[in-house]
Amino acid sequence: MSALRRRRPRALTAFVWLYIAWSLLPALIAIGFSFNGGRSRSVWQGFSTQWWLDGATSLLHSDVYLNALEQSFKLAAINVAIAVPLGVGLAIVLSRWFGRGSGTLGLLATLPLVVPELVLAIAVFLLLTELLTFVHLGTMAQAVGQITFCLPFVVVIMRGRLASIPTDLEEAAMDLGASPLQALRLVLIPLLQPAIVASVVITFAVSIDDFVITQYLASDDSSQTVPMLIYNTARGSATPALNATAAVLVVVTGLIVGLGALAYFLLRRRRGMGAAAVHG
Amino acid sequence: MRGRSFYPFRYLLAIGGPGLVWVGLFVVASLYALFAIALGSLDPILFQPQPAWNPLDWSFANFEQVISGLSPSGGQFWGVFTRTLLYIVLAAAGCVAIGYPVAYYVAIHAGRSKALLLVLLVTPLLVSYMLRMLAWVGLLAPDGYVNEVLGWLNVVSEPSGWLDGRPSTVVIALIYGWVPYFILPLYASLERLDRRYLEAASDLGATRVRTFIHVTLPLSVPGILAGLVLIALPMFGDYYTNQLVSGAATTSMAGNLINTYVEGSQQRAVGAALAATLLIFLAAVLSFYLRATARAARQVLR
Repeated sequence: MSALRRRRPRALTAFVWLYIAWSLLPALIAIGFSFNGGRSRSVWQGFSTQWWLDGATSLLHSDVYLNALEQSFKLAAINVAIAVPLGVGLAIVLSRWFGRGSGTLGLLATLPLVVPELVLAIAVFLLLTELLTFVHLGTMAQAVGQITFCLPFVVVIMRGRLASIPTDLEEAAMDLGASPLQALRLVLIPLLQPAIVASVVITFAVSIDDFVITQYLASDDSSQTVPMLIYNTARGSATPALNATAAVLVVVTGLIVGLGALAYFLLRRRRGMGAAAVHG
Repeated sequence: MRGRSFYPFRYLLAIGGPGLVWVGLFVVASLYALFAIALGSLDPILFQPQPAWNPLDWSFANFEQVISGLSPSGGQFWGVFTRTLLYIVLAAAGCVAIGYPVAYYVAIHAGRSKALLLVLLVTPLLVSYMLRMLAWVGLLAPDGYVNEVLGWLNVVSEPSGWLDGRPSTVVIALIYGWVPYFILPLYASLERLDRRYLEAASDLGATRVRTFIHVTLPLSVPGILAGLVLIALPMFGDYYTNQLVSGAATTSMAGNLINTYVEGSQQRAVGAALAATLLIFLAAVLSFYLRATARAARQVLR
């Protein structure tokens, strides 16, 4: 190891920091333009808050921008509330059922991960418009599409954690008189808590960022999310209020993911020590 | 082999049932719907696609149109298909050229700054993809900062129209959008790399460059391939990056083609057949990749 650490590769260090600057600065500049003094999104014309607070076309006074933010967060909330419980249940069955068909089921449950999102979006769109017509395009269809898209992420995260929990723990609990339900509730679920938090965070982030499925299953302007708004107006005459809207989305997402990450590490430390004590 | 499960079957059904129903209803059924439309016919009066739910009604007319369109001699989809492959190969090469050094440094040489670097590598994934593209639409505008900087450096004499349908802009935008996704699986694989091999190479007198070429690089091939699969799959369906930084028909890719066909309701069935063809093509490539990695893993174990 010491031989490898003899000398730090300076050129490589510089390259990595350049990459990081390249990957993050453009978005920061775009957020900076939301405070532009004029209506340009590419030339700096002095500082103002007119695109945030004051003007008639500011974020705060625009139904279109506020509605897009509301739709983005509403869909993310619905998605987390449904995809996480469904995925946790599915993952528990996939890792605790060793009978026939479990392999095929595991494959089907994670299939959307290897289907390009555009193909999945078209498939769900055709299903909902040709067969299951009671699911109307708009919020309901968008939620269905996003949940279908996010479910495999939850399943993969949960199965990763479940694979590291030996079934001995639950069997021991049942040998000691716990009912299967108690074994689940008192042994398995507490050990799964960090992975559940991780699933919530990932599902939320994927939903907020999602564009293709959300656009395919939208109905009209009322179901327009922030990524759709950017796609539809970025090349047009949108004002810096668009940048302000995107900034709100990114900052709120960052806060929620940051809180989730904190909860994850706290839980894992507590639960991790608990599991270590069980193993002796 | 232990029994099937120590949980009674009805418990498992109650826990996993809703998820199973969801997967059956929306994953399996929607892929079936895609094929039912693609294998359906066109209603002669309403000019609407007619799904063929019953396999006995399947008609291969739409697939025949796709297959003949993919013919190298004058097929209407051949140009888009080869352009898609070319752009994706170039973008994937760019992702390796930029992403490999970054993943390598953070996994092997970062030392104390590793945690910070990891957070910074994940951050782009949390910044909305569309915002990152919006940022470049501003920077590449005729009066944007890119032209301004190039003007200072006297690289261009007058503002250049980067967003007017240039292949180079599309490829660079694809690299920019997807390279963060390439770095993470590669980092994970380099991180797991057994350091004793590197120490052994160094103890036996190999220079750092030789160690890298003969030890690190061969051992990281599975990680590179995993990262490439992860970014290539979505790039085949990515129409939005292209649309935002170019929008021109001369740079359109498979995703743009499929999107255009599905949006126009008359040609929707052809769009579904194109999407299904893309799915079959990618499934074939993916199964080849999975078989090759399984074989490689067996050889290592032997």
